[in-house]
Amino acid sequence: MLILDCPCCGVRGEETEFHSGGEAHLKRFGPGSSDDDFHGYLFEKVNPKGVHFERWRHVNGCGKWFHAARCTMTLEVFGTYSAQTLEPPQEIKDKITAKRPGWSWREFS
Amino acid sequence: MKRYSAFAVAREALRYHMGWERAWASPEPKKKYDVIIVGAGGHGLATAYYLGKNFGITNVAILEKGWLGGGNTGRNTTIIRSNYLQDPSAAIYEKSRSLYETLSQDLNYNVMYSPRGVIMLAQTEHEVRGYKRTAHANALQGVSTEFISPQRVKEIVPIINLDGPRYPVLGGLWQARAGTARHDAVAWGFARACSAMGMDIIQKCEVTGVSRDGGKVTGVTTNRGDIACDKLGIVVAGNSGHLADMAGFRLPIESVSLQALVSEPIKPCMDCVVMANTVHGYMSQSDKGEMVIGGGTDGFNSYTQRGSFHHIEETVRALVETFPMVARLKMLRQWGGIVDITGDRSPILSKTPVDGVFINSGWGTGGFKATPGSGWGFAELIAKGHSPLCDEFSLTRFKEGRFIDESVAAGVAH
Ligand SMILES: Cc1cc2nc3c(=O)[nH]c(=O)nc-3n(C[C@H](O)[C@H](O)[C@H](O)COP(=O)(O)OP(=O)(O)OC[C@H]3O[C@@H](n4cnc5c(N)ncnc54)[C@H](O)[C@@H]3O)c2cc1C
Ligand SMILES: [Zn+2]
Repeated sequence: MLILDCPCCGVRGEETEFHSGGEAHLKRFGPGSSDDDFHGYLFEKVNPKGVHFERWRHVNGCGKWFHAARCTMTLEVFGTYSAQTLEPPQEIKDKITAKRPGWSWREFS
Repeated sequence: MKRYSAFAVAREALRYHMGWERAWASPEPKKKYDVIIVGAGGHGLATAYYLGKNFGITNVAILEKGWLGGGNTGRNTTIIRSNYLQDPSAAIYEKSRSLYETLSQDLNYNVMYSPRGVIMLAQTEHEVRGYKRTAHANALQGVSTEFISPQRVKEIVPIINLDGPRYPVLGGLWQARAGTARHDAVAWGFARACSAMGMDIIQKCEVTGVSRDGGKVTGVTTNRGDIACDKLGIVVAGNSGHLADMAGFRLPIESVSLQALVSEPIKPCMDCVVMANTVHGYMSQSDKGEMVIGGGTDGFNSYTQRGSFHHIEETVRALVETFPMVARLKMLRQWGGIVDITGDRSPILSKTPVDGVFINSGWGTGGFKATPGSGWGFAELIAKGHSPLCDEFSLTRFKEGRFIDESVAAGVAH
């Protein structure tokens, strides 16, 4: 069972309280962008076996969006953080680097 | 390969069953193959089988990180049907269903195909309209289905409750020649036939990298050394994104967990498959007497091969409404598999950005039924570069906006 802490209202809940909103830190491409960029943005989701950054919504709670960093192989949660950011906070990055040595960081934008 | 027959059973009975040979060999990997298939699930093995049978390509290795059939092939609830909506789907699923009809004879291995019939219940006005539309589409596609009344549903499934607490049964989409087969036997039968053609099935061999030279595949790295190949077929279901990563491209696929459960065995009480997509559950009875039960996927990416507890509750609740007798059953086992979901709920059988690499994936919650048909088409794609069964399912369809939308026909997981 997945247990998440909502950084917006501070409530800890199990997964039925939340709803996953897919990949976080997406770079958006819209009208005027190339077909390849638009296709990449719409369809080519990362689907990592391991560390993953996601958007979640506290649907049965405060209703707000936030981000979570977790492992898709173990369901370990490295941390949740505000959605008002372009990349994960440093302390979560440090935690992941410590717990998953050798895991390589991608670029965030 | 010694053929299985009534005569062989009698012969072995007279000598204490000491003469049965191993169903497939366990060779060491060679340095190079014409074709390497990654993943010895049903789809990978079927692909190899038809490469040999239909195209005479037998210098083939099938690499499997665990044991053959240990992925979704050995974890699914074995529903076989072909009552989809879109023409490309009807073509490949019906090809597959029809191959199942004679698969036991073809493989000389009893896959226990049981065309016992599948009903998809219509429990809202919207579903009634949707399934009538599917029945009309199926008529044009040459797939035999019909929309039946609630009374007919009750005749076919006496244990059903037509007016449940939330949603009454308003009718159903009935496919009489749909049914089930023994999942392990499908993998084992294909494996035995591949081995007999001289192909190498290499278990406990995990692919960890895809080697390329100037945009063309040259081989794979594995935990048992490097193996070269001219062509590579990736057929790894929930791990597709991971393998695509190794080959340097991305897929429009997300991997999530889907689970199933079975009850204690009971006397025969239901001789067809019933799917209830609105309340979200489906059920059939295995030959051992267990009620085989499935429901929905988890709502987030996962590679854990286990599902969320609350989904079990949701599924069982749906079935208690539909079949009140289920309330008195004890459940025996529960397990999960990682399924590869695409946006339009249709598979991807395609060339890839890497020359010589082909991918067969995206079957999601419903690919067991497609095992022989997928192998048939994908083998043709690998051998000839295109295949009428696969062409519509290419990776480029997303970019081109040619979705094959089966989100209705694939409603509940199956
Ligand atoms: C609970 C559940 C119920 C289902 N019910 C139904 C149903 O009723 N009807 C239906 O039609 N479908 C159903 N499905 C879907 C169906 O099981 C799958 O679509 C189908 O079995 C996929 O077959 P496959 O051969 O592609 O994949 P798999 O059988 O998963 O085979 C892929 C293989 O690749 C191997 N592999 C992965 N990575 C590597 C690597 N790096 N190196 C080497 N090998 C690797 C895996 O170990 C695995 O054995 C269900 C699925 C689940 C999980
Ligand atoms: Zn909250």
